[in-house]
Formats: sequence, C-alpha cells, structure tokens
Amino acid sequence: MSTQSPLRLGEGEQLLTGWGRTCPSLAKVVPVSTVEQVQQCIKESGPRGVLARGLGRSYGDAAQSGGACVLDLKAISTIALNASTGNVRVGAGASIHDLLLATVPAGFFVPVTAGTRQVSVGGAIAADIHGKNHHVEGSFGNHVSEIQLVDGRGEAQSLTPDDPVTRERFWATVGGMGLTGVMTEATFKMLPITSSMMSVDTERCADLDDVMSRMIERDSQYRYSVAWIDSVAATGRGVLTRGDHATADQLPAAKRATALDYGPKALASAPGLIPGGLLNKLTIRAFNEAWFRKAPKFEQGALQPISEFFHPLDFVQDWNRVYGPGGFVQYQFVVPDGAAEIIGIALRKLQSVGAPSFLTVLKRFGAANPAPLSFPQPGWTLAADVPAGIPGLATALDELDELVAAAGGRLYLAKDSRQSPEMFARTYPLLSKWRQTRDELDPTGVFTSDLARRLAL
Amino acid sequence: MNDALGNPQSVLVLGGTSEIALATVLALPRNRLRRVVLAGRPSPARDAAVTRLSGAGIAGVSAIDFEARSTSEHAALVNDVFDVGDIDVVLLAFGVLGSQDEGEANPDLAVEVATTNYTGAVSVGLRVAVRLKDQGHGSLVVFSSVAGDRARRSNFIYGSTKAGLDAFAQGLGDALHGSGAHVLVVRPGMVRTKMTTGLPEAPMTTDPDVVAKIVVAGLRRGKNTVYAPGPLRFVMTALKTLPRPVFRRLSQ
Repeated sequence: MSTQSPLRLGEGEQLLTGWGRTCPSLAKVVPVSTVEQVQQCIKESGPRGVLARGLGRSYGDAAQSGGACVLDLKAISTIALNASTGNVRVGAGASIHDLLLATVPAGFFVPVTAGTRQVSVGGAIAADIHGKNHHVEGSFGNHVSEIQLVDGRGEAQSLTPDDPVTRERFWATVGGMGLTGVMTEATFKMLPITSSMMSVDTERCADLDDVMSRMIERDSQYRYSVAWIDSVAATGRGVLTRGDHATADQLPAAKRATALDYGPKALASAPGLIPGGLLNKLTIRAFNEAWFRKAPKFEQGALQPISEFFHPLDFVQDWNRVYGPGGFVQYQFVVPDGAAEIIGIALRKLQSVGAPSFLTVLKRFGAANPAPLSFPQPGWTLAADVPAGIPGLATALDELDELVAAAGGRLYLAKDSRQSPEMFARTYPLLSKWRQTRDELDPTGVFTSDLARRLAL
Repeated sequence: MNDALGNPQSVLVLGGTSEIALATVLALPRNRLRRVVLAGRPSPARDAAVTRLSGAGIAGVSAIDFEARSTSEHAALVNDVFDVGDIDVVLLAFGVLGSQDEGEANPDLAVEVATTNYTGAVSVGLRVAVRLKDQGHGSLVVFSSVAGDRARRSNFIYGSTKAGLDAFAQGLGDALHGSGAHVLVVRPGMVRTKMTTGLPEAPMTTDPDVVAKIVVAGLRRGKNTVYAPGPLRFVMTALKTLPRPVFRRLSQ
C-alpha cells in the first residue's frame, strides 16, 4: 500500500475567497442538506473548526476559513410563505434571488435587500445586511422573528428576539458573521406589494454638498434612497435616486393585469480572463462620466423594474473579475452626522492615491439595532471599490480608519478585508459583550473564519 | 492572517539571526505584525535580534531554540510554533558559507555545510509545508543564492548546497500549488552581511534592505522566484549559457 502525501489535496478541498478575490485559503467544502448533517459535521469537527458559507458575496475573508470544514447549505432552501400574515420561513441556504422569484408574484418583497440578490438568507442575517431603506426600516435583523441555529455543541436551538432567554443569542447571531453557529432556517416579515415595479425619482447633483443637503432635506419622505457619487470628478457630483414600490394603479392600464410579473436577468457576463491594468483611471473616468450622463437631470415617478432599482450589481455576472487577478477591496464605513466632512475627505484621499472606483455609493443610515456587531448606526455611510494592487493604498486606508474611528464611526465586516484588530475592537464597543454570548453558544471555539483570526474575534 | 493588501500578521524566521531575514521582517508593515518567532541557536546575537525588532515597534517578538542540523528535533519545533496560531510567512533563512579551501582539505567541514544548508532545510521545510497546507494559507520564503545557479570553482561546496536547496524549494512550490500555501524562492547575489565580511565584493553586490524590499514585493505579488537585485536574473541567464571552459576561466 502506498503512502498518500500530506501535501496532496484531500477530497472536497478547494480554495475559497470572498467577492474581492484576495487572500485565498484552502478548506474542505461539505454540502449539507439536513439539520442532522450540520450537527454531525459540528460534532466531528477537527482542530480547524467549521464555518457556514453562503454565496460568497462578502468582499473579504468572512466566508472562508483555512483548513476548516466549510458547510455549503444551498440544499437547505425551503421557502414557506404565509400570505395572510406576510411571514416567511426560509432555509438559510436560499438566496434572496430564490426568495423574490417565489414571493414577488404573490405580492411580497423582502424587508431589506443589498445591491445584489445573490445573498443567502443565512448570509443576510450573519452580516445584518442593509439596503436603501435603512434610514426608515433598519437592517435585515430588525425584521427577523426567529432563527434556527445549530450551536457549537451541535445542538439545534430556536432564537427569538422577544424571549428573554434567547434574546442575547439572537442578537449575537445577527451580524455575528457566522461565528455563533450554523443558521439553518429563519422567519421574517415580508413587505406587501401590489406591483413588481418601482416608482423612482432621480436627481443629478452638482457636487457632494448638493448631494448631501438634498439627502438631509428629503430622504425621510422616501422608503428607499441612495446616491451614486462620481469618484473621479473633483467635485464629487452624484446622482440621487429615491423611490418606493409602485402600486398597481400607478402602472399603465395594459400592465395592471400582470403587475406582479417578475423575471430578472443578468445582461452579460464578465469575460473569464481580464488582463490586469484594464481598469485604470481613464476607463473608470469614462465609466463614471457615462453613468452620470445616463441619469436624467431631474425625473419623478419613473417606473423601473425591481432588479434595475435594487440590484445594479447583478446585471453583469462575475463583475468582480473586472479588477483582474489582483482582486479588489471595498472600503465601507459609517460616520455620525456630526462628522459628515469625512465623506469628502475619504473621496479626496482615495483620489489622491489614484484609487479609482466604479460604484461609489453614499447613503444615510437610521437607528441601529441591538446586535453588538451590526454595522449600521445613524449617520452617513460611503462604499467604494478599490483595486487591491494600488501602491500606497494600505497607508491611505489606515489613515482613513483613524479618522473614522476618531469620529465614532466604523467599518462594515462584510466588506472588510484589511482593518487591524485594534481598529475593530476600538470601533465596536460591544465586542466583549458579543464575545460572552458567543462563548456560551460555542464554548470550545468550533466556529472560526479567516476574518475571525485576522481580527482576533 | 494576511490581509487583502498582502500584509502578514505572523512570521516565523528559521535562522533567527539572519540579517536578510531581520531586514525582511522590518520591511513588513509593523502595525499589522502580532507575532514574530525567531528560531535559532541561543546566543547573544539572537537576544540582540529580539531586542532590535521589539525596539522597532514590532509586537509579540519571541525566540525559540532551533538547530538546523538537529533534524530529529524539527517536528516538535514546527508543531510548537504552529500550535500556538497560524503563521502567515515563514522565512527559511539559515545557512553557512563555509570555506571552500578548508572543505576541500577536510571533507567533514564540507559535510557540515551540506547538512546545515540542504539537509536541515529539507527536514524543516517539509514539516513547515505540511502545516501551511493544513492551515490552508501562508508563504514559505526560501533564501537560495545565485551561487546555486551554476557551480563555480571558488565556492562549489556552498553553491551545490544552494543548488539542491533551490531545486527542493521549486519542487515544494509546485507540490503546494493550489493549496493556498505558496513558496517564494529568493536568489540574492552577494549581500553585505557578516557572512561575507572580508570577501572581495562581486559585481552587483547589494544590501540586506534591498533584498528585503524585493522579498516583500514578491510576497505581495505571489511570485515564485525573485532575484536580488532584480537584473541579476538576466546576468545569471547569460552566465548559464556560457561554455564550460569560458565560465571556468571567468569564475576562478
């Protein structure tokens, strides 16, 4: 009998990265389709532990864990909608995409969606995702009434925010980046809609101050609001889009009978091999110029399909490849209203190191929820993509971190791939409380990730 | 963990007093380093290295006993270091130059050079490689030498150990391809260190800081092989094509 080298790849072992395609690590990916299989993997876990991975849309190292057993819950995706209450029970592996296909024709929309619908329900809760409605309706966790979780001992438990016994565990799991256990199912409240179209107001704004003052003035009148900022223009001009679900009677008469039809499609796929350097200041400047010009100067009540309004990131499949083999980082921070000037400082700083960004997005957050590691807090949040290979980027972002932290802000874990453990601990003051609850759920440290190791969670 | 911009948090230096390795640690962003382990013989030089790195503001610097020739101790050493936590970068930086003339006169001395530079590296290198593969990420930097590119009359005992080490490291890099772990082979020319003090300077002689910068850039870009200084790559390619008699006369 021949000896198998320990350097050879084992069964199911594969390299995993986040959406930014930086820092791959090797893990054994295990597809699971029942709660019992999840429990068995946890009970049999080795020294490198276990982590659930959804659709890999977090940008950094949250959904990967070198040497670990990484659970793929795609098969745990049952969707059970109660049309009279609007409550839906969903398997943690189901995507928002699957969920919308099942519920929009029945007249329901997800309470919160990110810029892509390729997010699993487990991932949406683990990252406590936010959307364009945060300023009025909060983040995903706000709408969840129950989570089924398998803890570090392999025991299944039901967590609700109202039960005093499970309350802390529920909120530690919301925004807990999968480190409190493996979610298998969640129940949350859907939003009733009467059409699959959005009624959208669009305004082009001359500069950053213009964008921000218009947001302060009238964001509260809209359920959804977001601004795109031209990251290349010195002025920080932008396009503000705000709106709400159109009612069936806002549609042209001919469309009313099919008001809830829903068929989102990706328009194109990024080519497999993209040379590094294709994205440079010129191409990004051209893109930003075109994106600005494409928007109407001022338009009210335009009808747009759900996917066009909410999921611009889904029009090009695998768009993350356009940044080439070096990958990219997304820098997203929040600062309180009193530190609004940091938005402009950050844009200029990224410009000064020559870090061009396609989709730079500015949004206002409303109230935070009780989850200790949830990102949103009242104020401004800015998100910008930056190619990872830019010289001077590490220092520039460290300097921005310092400004953000000093202003009482913080970074979004689902986007982060580079902050220091000190920065994280300083900006999430409820970390020690979260750790306590996590230790109750996972006393032996079964659940870990590359992000958890990097940030010493 | 390495972050997305290629900055490591933990480093193991095998040959903890190596000037090039210390320069490499110092060339990494210091605010991300949390653990640096210097493995080497207990000595005032090792203590000084700990002091130097700590004094430069690097957190978590410690030393551990390591002897390249004591291969039976390598398994325990590697496990001790990795059991505490992941190592993002391992610098395999030990080696002795020896004296060509003394080695020819007393082959036992030549064997010592070979045991340290090659056998010791194979022993510890394989053990490190398994732990890097098991943790699913990390880089092993192997300090080879241009002396291994082509045997020279004046230092072929040393050169042959580096040739062996270099071939071993290349093969190990291929074995680890696709595993998340990665091997970077560094081929410096002559570097001004205590190892080369008193020797006549060769063309393109360089300093540890220059090698360090090249290593850090190579790590960031995921390179397999770097020369230091970079243009040595072309010089060595040319030298390797010279006919034996010509090269023999050139390298007396």
